[in-house]
Amino acid sequence: MAERSFKKEVEKLRIPAGGEFSGEGILAVTKALLQSGVAYVGGYQGAPISHLMDVLADAQDILGELGVHFESSANEATAAAMAAASVNYPLRGAVTFKSTVGTNVASDALANLASGGVTGGVVVIVGEDYGEGSSIMQERSHAFAMKSQMWLLDPRPNLPSIVSAVEQAFELSEASNTPVFLELRLRACHVYGSFTAKDNARPKMSLREAMENPRRNLERIVLPPASFQHEREKVEERWPAAIDYIRRNKLNELFDGEREDIGIIVQGGLYNALLRTMERLGLADAFGGTQLPIYVLNVAYPLVDDEINDFCRGKSSVLLVEEGQPNYIEQAIHAILRKANIGTRLHGKDVLPMAGEYTSQVLRRGLVGFMREADPSYRAPEDPMQTVATFIDEVTPHVPNRPPGMCTGCPERPVFASLKMLQEELGEFHVSADIGCHLFSILPPFNIGNTTMGYGLGAAGAAAFNTDSDKPAIAIMGDGGFWHNGLTSGIGNAVFNKSDALTIVVDNNYAAATGGQDLLSSRGETKNRSTQHPIEKAVRGVGVEWAKTVRTYDIGEMRKALKEAVSGTSKGPKVLVAQSECMLNKQRREKPLFAKAVTSGARVTQERFGVDEETCTGDHACIRLSGCPSLTIKPNPDPLKRQPVSYVDNSCVGCGNCGEVAHEAVLCPSFYKAELVFNPTALDRMLWRLRSSIIGFLQRRADRRRLRAA
Amino acid sequence: MTVERTRERPLTIAILALGGQGGGVLTGWLVEAAKSSGYLAQSTFVAGVAQRTGATIYCVEMFPRDRAAALGKEPVFTAYPVPGDVDLVIAGEMAETGRAIQKGFVTPNVTTLVASSHRVYSIDEKSALGDGIVDQRPVAEIASRAAKKFVCFDMQEIADETGSVISSVLLGAIAATGALPIERAAFEDAIRQAGRAVAANLEGFARGFEKGAGRAAPRAAAPLEKAMPAGPAGRALAEQIAETLPAPVAELALHGALRALDFQDIAYAHMYLDRIAEIVKRDRAAGGDEQQYALSAECARQLALQMCYEDTIRVAELKTRAERHSRIRGQLAATHDQPMYVSEYFHPRVEEVCDTLPAALAARVLGSPGMRRLFGKLFSKGRIIRTTKLSGFLMLRTLASMRRWRRGTYRFALQQQRIGDWLSCVHEALDQDYDYALSVARSIEIVKGYGDTYERGLTRYLRSIDAVRQLPPGQRAAAMQKLHNAALADEQGRAFEQTLDSLGAAA
Repeated sequence: MAERSFKKEVEKLRIPAGGEFSGEGILAVTKALLQSGVAYVGGYQGAPISHLMDVLADAQDILGELGVHFESSANEATAAAMAAASVNYPLRGAVTFKSTVGTNVASDALANLASGGVTGGVVVIVGEDYGEGSSIMQERSHAFAMKSQMWLLDPRPNLPSIVSAVEQAFELSEASNTPVFLELRLRACHVYGSFTAKDNARPKMSLREAMENPRRNLERIVLPPASFQHEREKVEERWPAAIDYIRRNKLNELFDGEREDIGIIVQGGLYNALLRTMERLGLADAFGGTQLPIYVLNVAYPLVDDEINDFCRGKSSVLLVEEGQPNYIEQAIHAILRKANIGTRLHGKDVLPMAGEYTSQVLRRGLVGFMREADPSYRAPEDPMQTVATFIDEVTPHVPNRPPGMCTGCPERPVFASLKMLQEELGEFHVSADIGCHLFSILPPFNIGNTTMGYGLGAAGAAAFNTDSDKPAIAIMGDGGFWHNGLTSGIGNAVFNKSDALTIVVDNNYAAATGGQDLLSSRGETKNRSTQHPIEKAVRGVGVEWAKTVRTYDIGEMRKALKEAVSGTSKGPKVLVAQSECMLNKQRREKPLFAKAVTSGARVTQERFGVDEETCTGDHACIRLSGCPSLTIKPNPDPLKRQPVSYVDNSCVGCGNCGEVAHEAVLCPSFYKAELVFNPTALDRMLWRLRSSIIGFLQRRADRRRLRAA
Repeated sequence: MTVERTRERPLTIAILALGGQGGGVLTGWLVEAAKSSGYLAQSTFVAGVAQRTGATIYCVEMFPRDRAAALGKEPVFTAYPVPGDVDLVIAGEMAETGRAIQKGFVTPNVTTLVASSHRVYSIDEKSALGDGIVDQRPVAEIASRAAKKFVCFDMQEIADETGSVISSVLLGAIAATGALPIERAAFEDAIRQAGRAVAANLEGFARGFEKGAGRAAPRAAAPLEKAMPAGPAGRALAEQIAETLPAPVAELALHGALRALDFQDIAYAHMYLDRIAEIVKRDRAAGGDEQQYALSAECARQLALQMCYEDTIRVAELKTRAERHSRIRGQLAATHDQPMYVSEYFHPRVEEVCDTLPAALAARVLGSPGMRRLFGKLFSKGRIIRTTKLSGFLMLRTLASMRRWRRGTYRFALQQQRIGDWLSCVHEALDQDYDYALSVARSIEIVKGYGDTYERGLTRYLRSIDAVRQLPPGQRAAAMQKLHNAALADEQGRAFEQTLDSLGAAA
């Protein structure tokens, strides 16, 4: 079950024509898919489109009513391959994933899909994880559109534009027999706004109809000679059809301005940021009124040559606002203008930075640079940044870094505490890290992990270190990555190539980093999926002999298993499944149950760890082996001591890590666990009274003696 | 289309929260309140990896619906808070307040800044070997200049008191500033409409609203707490100190003497004071009067800590006291008579066990590899002792009662010898220069903790003393200070070794 529930929000998906739909951008996309009559939807979660998957998962009932099939795909390649359903049948389908990482994985299927072309419209919704808040390498999805010849929509980031783009994408796809990318940037996915709804539409053809009346067309299969035919079709038929559709339906927008000599071309997704920047510079108002005409590329690929030429003709200079690199659009427009023999000066990455997100502040510098070149009479208003510059300088030394880390009570913490202790004992190992929450191990306080090569590729990333050594390589992999591809790319590969490496599979019951989606190995019961397939069983199935499943919080066992695995006593790959439920999800499940139990009168205990401030000496070794948000510090109450003491705040969930670490690392005797009994039984009460009366008596006697000596 | 020359733009709000702090909830309330007050509103945020305990920024924009209708057009909302255009900045924590200023969101004459003064320490601050806390008082001062209006108080405290979340207190404070054209009732309705923990959140809101106009910057470090003798022996010590020791030393010395009394007995307290008196005498002779007796004060602090070290006897004593049990009950908010069980995590090594053995016996155990191994096996696993059960409590009480034999233990002898060595180093240093003596006095502060931590601190302390002795007299104080800081820089000792090397080169 996902971290965030959309059970309430999905009811919005039923809003009929004319009703106002308010919500997050990603929810609006879901509604647009239903309005477009999709027959199937698939995808793989990952920011910023995780919520799209979660919404769809929570909307099973509504999807069922409409006859729409939804799948949480095994990975992005699976999702993209699903679109094969649209090759021969007029079935509309959508798939979604994080980009560019997901698109990398999907690209084999996408290339095949784009080669043969589609009959039913296919829309690939990519969450462009670029700029602030991004967690991946900084690349552009644009390249995929170009290399496979898929069209790329990049709508203005407001709900009506996004919804309309989804609908248009299907039409465009069908008009040109080409799958279409719809690119949504980070902030657009999370933008909260509203639009006027239309009725949902049932698919024109049902999946069942298609299955029961199969069609095949050899010409659509990617194999010579058809594949050569496909390439010709792409340029001779599909491209012109797409250009024609884009022009006729005015997918790109032109906002007129007073000035005739200069103008701006912008990717749709950047329009809002550009306009506000222009407003700050006195070049536009806050409502879209502009002095400089703006040509908005809601279709970032392909470009419509005639539209570009019409816009630029007669202008002395035009600024192109294109985020990311390489500057594909800029190169293309240069070529277009050159061919048309138009002398307009095109500015772009000469005044704007080549790399990095185009925030308003960045755009401001670029726009001022452009105006200075294009219109010497222009005077920019003072940059407020100058006013605040001194404050920024003053405050910077006082702002501590705040890297992300594992949550309170996270079951992955003891895994890395154990690894850190292992390294303290045996020296450092080469650790190949993976993608997932566990990647936070590379940051303080653990500082573990040398490389990360991609989702599920932790074990593969250690493949070269397959040679005799006293220090076998250690690989980390999450359960998400394991089922995504790690079982074959990492574990199977290690078996086949007789590697001695150790792979630690962090099994926390969910794809936790992407928001707690279910997996094959999830422990819970789910209505629509088959779960409870243990990871250990899977690795044994592909030939791993040394496989162990250890509860992560059992640090003693964990250390023992780790030590055995790297000791070299047995040959072949080792797989240590570190098992414990993701605490975020566990708390979300158990907190209400606990509260209910307390009010209903059932006997329950609440566990909480603590540090005795009198015996804590303020060295914080415990924190260096934990990093738990609830294990923090506070000023030392002892007037003689200067160092802050360790302190467990009220957010502690009693996971047990602190006590285990204190024991295993032989830290200090300051840790204690307190258990508070709610709704105690008669026996509880009796024992408690008996014990407290004797202990209390002895304590009072000791107090009196101390007082006499004081 | 003509462009309006006067800037008419949406109100912009930036919210800086920590992942998991509920910035999304606050954003949701703000949007609801804005919409019900006749505004068009848009919000967005960037979660990414930051959602896990990192810093997250939310942006809300709003514009009057009727004005948009009159103009016949809607504003183009943006997703970026832009320096100079942010009307309201909300920071859910003090360091995030600094971050808001660092990002340029806070501008004079424009920005109302609402911040909670409480701290959620960053991992670097927490994991330092000593005191890594980044003082936030300068941030409050900068904020008061950078913002049009700066509202700052501990909102987490109020959230805890009312059982609500910090977002509700923040919302109350926002409402009180009047920075947004939204009535109090509309904010409260937004909380009601969200339907979660409504009563508690409304109370948090009300308390935030009440305090909303106020400003209480992060607290300054508390002045030295007054030492309070509990009985006649302590009062006698206090009198003796008041008569014999100079004022700047007296308070610390009283703390120290009372600690020694509590740790062992009155004779031990006198021993402490005798040592302090000796230091004060030398301090005075070295011109300590002008130095505010800084050396004596430092020694009073460090000597007390070294004399009242944490052996198993002391730990057992502290863990079985009544006041400790009530402190834990208070922290857990245990109701009267609610059963509570406390488990202690003990893992003494051979060394700690030997600490409390008679000196001769301990020396034999530690000196014989066979005995060491045997003892090592016995204590290889940590033990959990339940101090709320009779067996566990009595076990620790028995340990604690060994106090009467403490003077005969191995550790006691060793500790006194180390203290003696340290004091003679201080005296020796004082013969050369005051600052050097002060740095030597302070240097023993790193000898603390248990197990490996203690060993590590002791080794670095001893090596520092030795290394500095090799240097020309003029360089010693600075070198000692440098080594002290380096010893606390990292666990592995990289900085410490580097500093040692660089000093070696200098010598």
